[in-house]
Amino acid sequence: MERHFEKELEELKDRLVWMGSLAERAVHQAVQAVLDGEKDLANRVIEEESAINEMQIEVDERVVKLLATQQFMAGDLRFAIAVSRINGDLERIGDQAVNIAQSALRILRHPRVKPYVDLPRMSEIAEEMVRDSLNALVRRDAELARNVLARDDVVDSLRNQIFRELLTYMMENSAVVFPAFELILVAKNLERIADHATNIAEDVIFMVVGRDVRHPALDRR
Amino acid sequence: MNAALGAAQKPAPDSAPAAARAPLAGKDIRLEVRNLNFYYGPKQALFDVSFSVPTQHVTALIGPSGCGKSTLLRTLNRMHETVKVARLDGQILLDGESVLDQDVTRLRRRVGMVFQRPNPFPKSIFDNIAYGLRVNGYKGSIPEAVERSLHRAALWDEVKDSLHKSAYALSGGQQQRLCIARALAVDPEVLLLDEPCSALDPISTAKIEELLFNLKDICTLVIVTHNMQQAARSSDLTAFMLEGHLVEFQSTEQLFTTPSDPRTEAYITGRFG
Amino acid sequence: MSGWAGSGHGRYRKVVSYLMLGGTALCALLVVGVLFFILGSLVWKGGSDINLNFFTKLPTPVGVTGGGMANAIVGSMKLLLLASLIGVPFGVVGGIYMAEFGGKVSAFVLQYTADLLNGVPSIVIGIFAYSLIVLRMKHFSAIAGGFALGIMMIPVTLRSTEQFLRSVPVAMREAAMALGASKWKTIVSVVVPAAYRGILTAILLSLARVAGETAPLLFTAFNNRFWSPGWNQPIASLPVVVYTYGISAYEDWHRQAWAAGLVLLGMVLLTNIIARAILSRGISAPR
Repeated sequence: MERHFEKELEELKDRLVWMGSLAERAVHQAVQAVLDGEKDLANRVIEEESAINEMQIEVDERVVKLLATQQFMAGDLRFAIAVSRINGDLERIGDQAVNIAQSALRILRHPRVKPYVDLPRMSEIAEEMVRDSLNALVRRDAELARNVLARDDVVDSLRNQIFRELLTYMMENSAVVFPAFELILVAKNLERIADHATNIAEDVIFMVVGRDVRHPALDRR
Repeated sequence: MNAALGAAQKPAPDSAPAAARAPLAGKDIRLEVRNLNFYYGPKQALFDVSFSVPTQHVTALIGPSGCGKSTLLRTLNRMHETVKVARLDGQILLDGESVLDQDVTRLRRRVGMVFQRPNPFPKSIFDNIAYGLRVNGYKGSIPEAVERSLHRAALWDEVKDSLHKSAYALSGGQQQRLCIARALAVDPEVLLLDEPCSALDPISTAKIEELLFNLKDICTLVIVTHNMQQAARSSDLTAFMLEGHLVEFQSTEQLFTTPSDPRTEAYITGRFG
Repeated sequence: MSGWAGSGHGRYRKVVSYLMLGGTALCALLVVGVLFFILGSLVWKGGSDINLNFFTKLPTPVGVTGGGMANAIVGSMKLLLLASLIGVPFGVVGGIYMAEFGGKVSAFVLQYTADLLNGVPSIVIGIFAYSLIVLRMKHFSAIAGGFALGIMMIPVTLRSTEQFLRSVPVAMREAAMALGASKWKTIVSVVVPAAYRGILTAILLSLARVAGETAPLLFTAFNNRFWSPGWNQPIASLPVVVYTYGISAYEDWHRQAWAAGLVLLGMVLLTNIIARAILSRGISAPR
C-alpha cells in the first residue's frame, strides 16, 4: 500500500538531487573560470550561490517537518538523517565553488603562471566524486559510494603535488607569488570539495546499509 | 563534463512554510465553535472553547484522557443530547448557520460520525450502508450509492461479492471501514471520527489513515485521537486540549515542531499525559 | 513449619470433594429423573389412546370407543390465540416503553406492578375475569378465558421484552441516531429487530406457560363437550379436560385424561425447544 508520505520522501530526494546538480555545475564553472580566465563565468557562479542556499533551507525545513509528523523507522529514518547531513555538505561545496570563482577573478589581473596540467585533472576527479556520490544516493548504491571514498587519496596527492610545484615557482620568481598563491587556494578548495563528496558517500553508505563508516579508526565492530 | 545528475529538474516552489505559520489563511471555514461552555449537570467539562474547522482538511483534537476532546466532538452533531443532564451554551455554526437551531436529524445527515468501536447493525453489509439512505428518504438508486460509498471507504474490492452477508462476518478493521462507508453514504459535509482506530491493529490503522487522507477531497474531517503520533501523521491542523480548555490550535507541522504553549510542548514530548 | 496442616488433611479434602461431587450429581440426576418419570407415566398410561381419532373426533359417551379430544385441542389453541392478542401487544409495547422512554419513577412503578401481577394467583385472575366478563355476558366464553390467560401473559412478556431491548448495545442506537434517525425510527428499525429473537422467545415461553393454566379457565371458558363456534361460547381446553376426565369414575375416561395430559405436555415441550433454538441461533454478538 503506497502511503502518502512516500511522495514527500520522493520530493525530498528530488530537491537534494537538484541541489547537487547546482553544486556540481558551480564547481565546474568556477574551475573553468580559473583555467580560461573567464570573468563572466566567475560572476555567474557567485550570483547563483543563493539558489543553493535557498534549497538548503527548504530541505532542512522539510526534514524537520517530516521527522516531527511521521514516525520514521529503519530505512526511512536513515534516509532522513542522511539527507540532513548531505544537505550541509552540498551547501559547503557551493561555498567552495564561490571561493574558487573569487580566486578566478583575482587571478585574471595577472599573467598565467604555468600551463595548467594538474589542476584540470584534480577538478575532473573532484567533480566526478560529487556526481558519483549523488548517483549513489539516487540508486542506493553502496558500492559506488565506497568507490568514491577510494578516490579521495588521489585528490589529496594531487593537491600535495600542486603545492610543491607552485611553491617552487614562487621561490624562483617573486613576481608570480600572487597568482600562484591563488592557485594554491584553488587546489585547497578542490581538495575540500572532494572531502565533502566523501562525506556524502559515507552518508549514503549509512543510509543504505546502516553502518557508520566515517571514522574507521574508531570502528569498534 | 557538465552532465546533469540523471535528469534533475528544478522542483516546484514550496508553499508549505507559509501555510504552516498561518493555518487558516485563505481557507474556507466549514464549522465554527464560539465560546462553548459545556456542563454535565453541575460539572463543567468545556470552558470557553473557540476554534474553526476549515473545509476539506483534517483537523485533529488531541490531549490527555478527560481533557474534553470527545465531549467537544459530540457537540458538533448534537450527540450530547442523548445524555439527559448535558447542557451547553455558546455557538456552534455549520456554514454560518447555528447547529443548535436546526432539526437534529437533518443536521446529522450533514455531519456524520464514526465511533471508537465498530458498531455495524446486525444486518447485511448492503443493508448497513443503505440504512442511512433509507432513513433519510434517498430518492436515487440505492445500489449505486452503496457501491460508491464502499469505493470511497476502500472496501469495495473486499466485499463486492458478499454484500448480502452479515456485517459481523467482517474483521474489525473491515467493520470500521464499513462504518465509515455507512456514514459516507448520506454524503455528509463533515465527518467526525471519535478515536476510530483505537480498537484496531496497526495494519488496519494504517489503511484507515490512508483512507482519511483521500477522504479530504470529498468532505471535512475532524478526528479525536489519544495517539498524538496519529494526529501528527494524518492531520493538517491540530488542537491541543487540557482539562476542558483549548490550549493551542495550529497547523500540525507548527504544533509538533514549535508549539507556542509550554503545556503543549510538555504533552507532545511525553513529559506528561 | 508448624503452621500448616499435615497430610491427613489432604485425604480429608479429597473425601469431601468426592462426596460433594456425588451429592451434586445425584441431585442433577433427580431433576432429570423427575421429568422423565412424568413423561414416562404419561406415555405408559395414555399412550395407547393417542391415535388419529384423538386429534380429529369429538368425545364419545362412556364406553364408546373411537372418540377424541379434537375440540379440546382446538379450544386450547383458540384460547392461546386470544391470550396472545392481549398479552403480546401490551407486553411488547410496554416493554419498549420501559426500556426506551421510562424515567426513573415510571420504570420503577411499571416494574413493581408487573412483578406483583406476575405473583397474583391464577385463580384470582380467573375470578376477576369472571366478574368482569362472564357475569356481564351471562355465560361462559372463550373471550373470558382468553382474557384471563392474556393478563397472565403480560408481566412475563413485558419484563422479557424490556430486558432484551436493554441488552441491545447503546453503540448501535448511537450509530442509527448519528445517521439521522429519530428516536422512534431507531427503535423500530434497529433496536427491536436486534432484539426480536429474544422477544419472540419470551412470547413463546409465556404462551407455553399459560397453555397449562387450569384454574382461571374453570370459571371463564368452562368446558364444552362439543365444538364451540365463534368466541362467545364456553370452550373446551386440554387442561380442563384433564381435570374433568381425570376425576371421573370411568376407566377409559381416565386413559383419555392421561392422553390429553401427554398431548399438552408435548405441546409445551415442543414450544420450549423451538423457543430455545431461536434464541441460541440469535446470539451472535459483534466483535
